Amino acid sequence: MTSDAVISSENLTKKFGSFTAVDHITFEVKKGEIFGFLGANGAGKTTAMKMFCGLLRPTSGKGFVAGLDIYKESEKIKKRIGYMSQRFSLYEDLTVNENIQFYAGIYGLDRKTIRKKQHELSDKLQLTAYQNKLISSLPLGWKQKLAFSVAIVHEPDIVFLDEPTGGVDPVTRRQFWDLIYEAADAGVTVFVTTHYMDEAEYCDRISMMVDGRIEAIGSTDHLKAKYKVNSMNDVFLILARNVEI
Amino acid sequence: MLPIIFVMPIVQLLILSNAATFEIKNLKIYFNDFDKSTYSNRLKSKFYQTDYFQITGESTSRKMAEAQLSRNTADIICEIPQDFEKNAVKYGLSKVFFKINAIDGMKAGLTVNYAQNILEGFISEINNELSYKLSSAIASPRPKSIRVNYSNWYNERLDYKTFMVPALLVLLVTLIGGFLSSLNIVREKEMGTIEQINVTPIKKYQFIIGKLLPFWILALFVFTIGLLCTRYIFFIPLAGSLLVLYAFAAIFVLAIMGIGLFLSSVTDTQQQAMFVFWFIVVIFILMSGLFTAIENMPVWAQNLTRINPLRYFMEVIRMVILKGSGFNEVKVHFLIITGFAIATNSIAVWRYRKKS
Repeated sequence: MTSDAVISSENLTKKFGSFTAVDHITFEVKKGEIFGFLGANGAGKTTAMKMFCGLLRPTSGKGFVAGLDIYKESEKIKKRIGYMSQRFSLYEDLTVNENIQFYAGIYGLDRKTIRKKQHELSDKLQLTAYQNKLISSLPLGWKQKLAFSVAIVHEPDIVFLDEPTGGVDPVTRRQFWDLIYEAADAGVTVFVTTHYMDEAEYCDRISMMVDGRIEAIGSTDHLKAKYKVNSMNDVFLILARNVEI
Repeated sequence: MLPIIFVMPIVQLLILSNAATFEIKNLKIYFNDFDKSTYSNRLKSKFYQTDYFQITGESTSRKMAEAQLSRNTADIICEIPQDFEKNAVKYGLSKVFFKINAIDGMKAGLTVNYAQNILEGFISEINNELSYKLSSAIASPRPKSIRVNYSNWYNERLDYKTFMVPALLVLLVTLIGGFLSSLNIVREKEMGTIEQINVTPIKKYQFIIGKLLPFWILALFVFTIGLLCTRYIFFIPLAGSLLVLYAFAAIFVLAIMGIGLFLSSVTDTQQQAMFVFWFIVVIFILMSGLFTAIENMPVWAQNLTRINPLRYFMEVIRMVILKGSGFNEVKVHFLIITGFAIATNSIAVWRYRKKS
């Protein structure tokens, strides 16, 4: 483990019965990086991420987040990370402001900071007119952007994003990545899973997961050169589908 | 949802209190009078005079009588044989037959009781008359019959509503507290928000308290509405202390909600949680003493009721509202229900896992 690694794993494995969802993965993510965790549906991306977030107990192997052991110190890890799941995670029957207040409250932010955050977020996301509207009344793209902002409301060291742009239109996806860049500029390490290969180009480094194993890892230029192709899509096809290009 | 929560209890109280009664009035009686004497007519008029029986007809055909029974137009047939009066006067011994529809065993039992009471009244009346007439002829006087007088304590007029309404309050808070809490965590599982909560540093007990508190307040609020109904709609005075009652209700609701939360944390869908809670609550209700007295149950069932929190609240609420029992009389109940509350909530906290 190098000193500037904020996420690291060594032979991390998760089995569900006889099925191995994550198979001895070993990798590192450096501080301030945008790290893309790529793979087909069912490759084990979400399972791996949940182990780092303290939602799943690993079967074997080692894992560290922010220097803390994922076996023993998951509650400490939770104070240092933000998480946005595949499934929509804000409370539909609360308003925009109430959701911010609720999650910020759980992380122990004081009243004054919460109010400041509510203003900042609604300005940034242009939600000022919707502050007291129920989440259920917002379009999906807005909800996703808000969910991301809420996930980093407590200014974590690392944010885990599980297919954050699933089901949103290309424009909103672009805006979403702007938010990710903004967070990365502020020093947050971003760990993002996706199966959109064009999004891989936005990442500093990516790993490609196939059937629970990490088949390739590196920057997108490095990987394209290695497999002698022009796009990440082709890298994906070669690795995940064994297609000859 | 909110209107349901408030309307439900009142409707339940109003409907169930009238429906859930053991008192049987207007039992339909049919006579086969083969004697047609003064005595037989006097006996019939005895039945006629009470509220409990309603005479549906009379004939000398057994067949017709039995047809009434099978068509449910009669609950009981009273057959007065020939020479009923003659035998009574001559030998002091006469017979009357009853045939009773015993499909509903409890109702049949009550019917027998009522009929016997009337018959006994009739017999003692006749005996008095006869012994008066015969007193000079018989050397040794007949032993005087013992008359039993009843006085019904705590529910003087034997009004079943007085008995049932407080118990229905127990049902109410059980349903409100139990169902709402059992649907709670599992609802977040269905929505997906539970995962977001689980990645926060929130402590397990904080989470459970956050889940308990709103429904606890709600259940006690509904309890208050129910108590107001008891007082101002059913005019049942509160004989005991309101404080004891509320204190017990507060702990009881916690115990029930602990069960609900536990179910909520082990199930995956609201449907499952609902089904399992319903299954449990039906057993709890049937074994609580609400409908059937616990003393009438077989010993193993009586022992089983000991692990039923409803049983204790049922007893306490009747004791406090009707008998005016104080804390001293129910302190064992308090001890037990507190144990329940601690146990169920500890299990709920223990079983709720942030990590799977």
